[in-house]
Amino acid sequence: MTSSPTARTATSTASDAEPVVTVQGVNKWYGEFHVLKDIDLFVDRGEKIVICGPSGSGKSTMIRCINKLEEHQEGRIIVDGVELNNDIKNIDQVRRDVGMVFQSFNLFPHLTVMDNLTLSPIWVKKTPKREAEETAMYFLERVKIPEQAHKYPGQLSGGQQQRVAIARSLCMRPKIMLFDEPTSALDPEMIKEVLDVMVELAEEGMTMLCVTHEMGFARRVANRVIFMDFGAIVEQAEPEEFFNNPKSERAKLFLSQVLGH
Amino acid sequence: MTDQTAGAATPPPSRPPPGLSVGPLAWIKHNLFNSVLSSIGTLVVGAVIVWLVWTVFDWIVLNGIWEAGPEGEESATCRQQYGYCFPFLQDMWGTILFGTYPGSERWRPAMAVLLIILMLVMSALRVNWRPHLLLAWYVAAVLAGILMFGGVLSLATIFWIVMLGAPLVRRVMPELGSGVGQEIPGNPVTDRLGLFWTVWLALAALFVAVDLLAPAVTGAGFDTGLRYVPNTQWGGLPLTLGLSLIGCGVAFPLGILLALGRRSNMPAIRVICVVYIEFIRGVPLITILFMASVLFPLFLPEGVTIDKLLRAQVGLILFAAAYLAEVVRGGLQAIPKGQYEAADSLGLTYWQKTRLIILPQALRISIPPLVNTFIGFFKDTSLVIIIGLFDLLNGGRIALTEPIWRGFYPESYTFVALIYFAFCFSLSKYSQWLEGQMNTGHSR
Repeated sequence: MTSSPTARTATSTASDAEPVVTVQGVNKWYGEFHVLKDIDLFVDRGEKIVICGPSGSGKSTMIRCINKLEEHQEGRIIVDGVELNNDIKNIDQVRRDVGMVFQSFNLFPHLTVMDNLTLSPIWVKKTPKREAEETAMYFLERVKIPEQAHKYPGQLSGGQQQRVAIARSLCMRPKIMLFDEPTSALDPEMIKEVLDVMVELAEEGMTMLCVTHEMGFARRVANRVIFMDFGAIVEQAEPEEFFNNPKSERAKLFLSQVLGH
Repeated sequence: MTDQTAGAATPPPSRPPPGLSVGPLAWIKHNLFNSVLSSIGTLVVGAVIVWLVWTVFDWIVLNGIWEAGPEGEESATCRQQYGYCFPFLQDMWGTILFGTYPGSERWRPAMAVLLIILMLVMSALRVNWRPHLLLAWYVAAVLAGILMFGGVLSLATIFWIVMLGAPLVRRVMPELGSGVGQEIPGNPVTDRLGLFWTVWLALAALFVAVDLLAPAVTGAGFDTGLRYVPNTQWGGLPLTLGLSLIGCGVAFPLGILLALGRRSNMPAIRVICVVYIEFIRGVPLITILFMASVLFPLFLPEGVTIDKLLRAQVGLILFAAAYLAEVVRGGLQAIPKGQYEAADSLGLTYWQKTRLIILPQALRISIPPLVNTFIGFFKDTSLVIIIGLFDLLNGGRIALTEPIWRGFYPESYTFVALIYFAFCFSLSKYSQWLEGQMNTGHSR
């Protein structure tokens, strides 16, 4: 492992000038298969990044490394001054600060919406129940479904479930939000309600990394678009630049396929 | 579904379904007389059912014999006539239900069984699923134990009963005692253990010391006023219920741990669990019971003996745990990976994730196979006969050893079967009801 003890001391001195997420020389293999190749990525506080690319290009794997749902074998990942290594404490610290929204929602089907939202604040952050419920209601109102608080996830539509999932992450007051294809499993008429919530979140200054194929969303909120292919970052640019004037052949091909219908 | 693309304002009118497609007649036509072959099948099976029900009805109700013969030869009438012999039940039901338990004391196991059944009914209701239930079970178990054993309760027994119950009481009433002893800040012992456990351990240590120094003091006791009945004389339904309930109660948590262990990332733990499960599943229950009763005592040092009933109980627990572990593992495997990932991404620890997210869902899915295993286990306890314990089934056999009732097998075994059936069927129905109750998620 290439972890160094200096990363830990950065916690106290982490300032706005430093990147809030540092991914440096990261490589990852699934068995023999090389999924991530020399990934370097620096995310500033408040930055919104959209990651796109063909399927199997390693986009999801990359953002899943940032809260260690996937383990990287080489390189360093530092999140808000805490290095992700084998230290359980560091992993727990990072997961408290990083929220994640999944393609398949992954709400807990045996708990009500309210319990889904308060579970982690109560057990992980030891927030008193009353306070956790107030926070939960606040975020449910933000995602515009306070009236569903006492239903079970199975009784909600896909779009509503995904908004609950976003609210669940927000209840932990994360510094960074990861979105792993949040609209890919949704019916077309529900995509907008989820994107609206994400846009609002972006406008409030949340640091966001989104793997998505919603190019309209990318144009509207992203500071930077990252294009990945075959496990490597091929190109990164501001959205206008990327969409109007892609540099690599592969990005041109990808854009023609995504936008050309 | 209706056509989504049609104009939204007025849906086209609906018509009722044609002729014979709904209603009971339609059901009969569709399911019983669908074709020539199915009609023949229906008639044949119907005839067999009618014959069976009639035979049993004829034997028990129409020809049932109620009048007993004269004193000393109560079975006389029954031996001359065809029909179910109720005098046999009148005379022997106590023996069947309570086996070798002394005749004059049978009200005690009867009370114990009623108490346990009452607790089972209470536990079945979800409103009672609180820490209080655990305490209630503890009290019920202690009472049942006192009823069954009777005799003199030594000071030591009473002390440990109270000590073991104390954590449960504290769980139910956390405010109790919190005012009495404030936590002592800065004390290294109480800081680590908490005041409650510090006092608990101190008391326990003190008592053990007294026990060693002056056994006469702790050996002194209170007479319950009940005749002492050693557990070698227990039998019948109380034994069956006790063995299977304690068996399931201990084997279930053990099985959950084994299932989790088998899916652990730690190779050592995984190997231990796999070897254990596969070993136990690879040998018959009888072997385990024989090992517990015959082989195990050989390995004990001279002079040390462990109660036979306890050894059988441990054997049954070890056996059931392996099977329950595999059932639970089946449930665990049905939980989508996304649930683990969501729990991880929210920062839950392994045990929080397991307890709050994974197990509640896995166990809910596992209710049918779990109940299947419980029912099987309930009946498997009858195998303890081979090491000389007389459970319910063998209570039925003891009744037949009475000279005047020799040969009344059908009467005895139908009665025993009815009791087994009542328990197993209630459990089965309850599990179906529970499944419906716990079904909250229609999708994942």
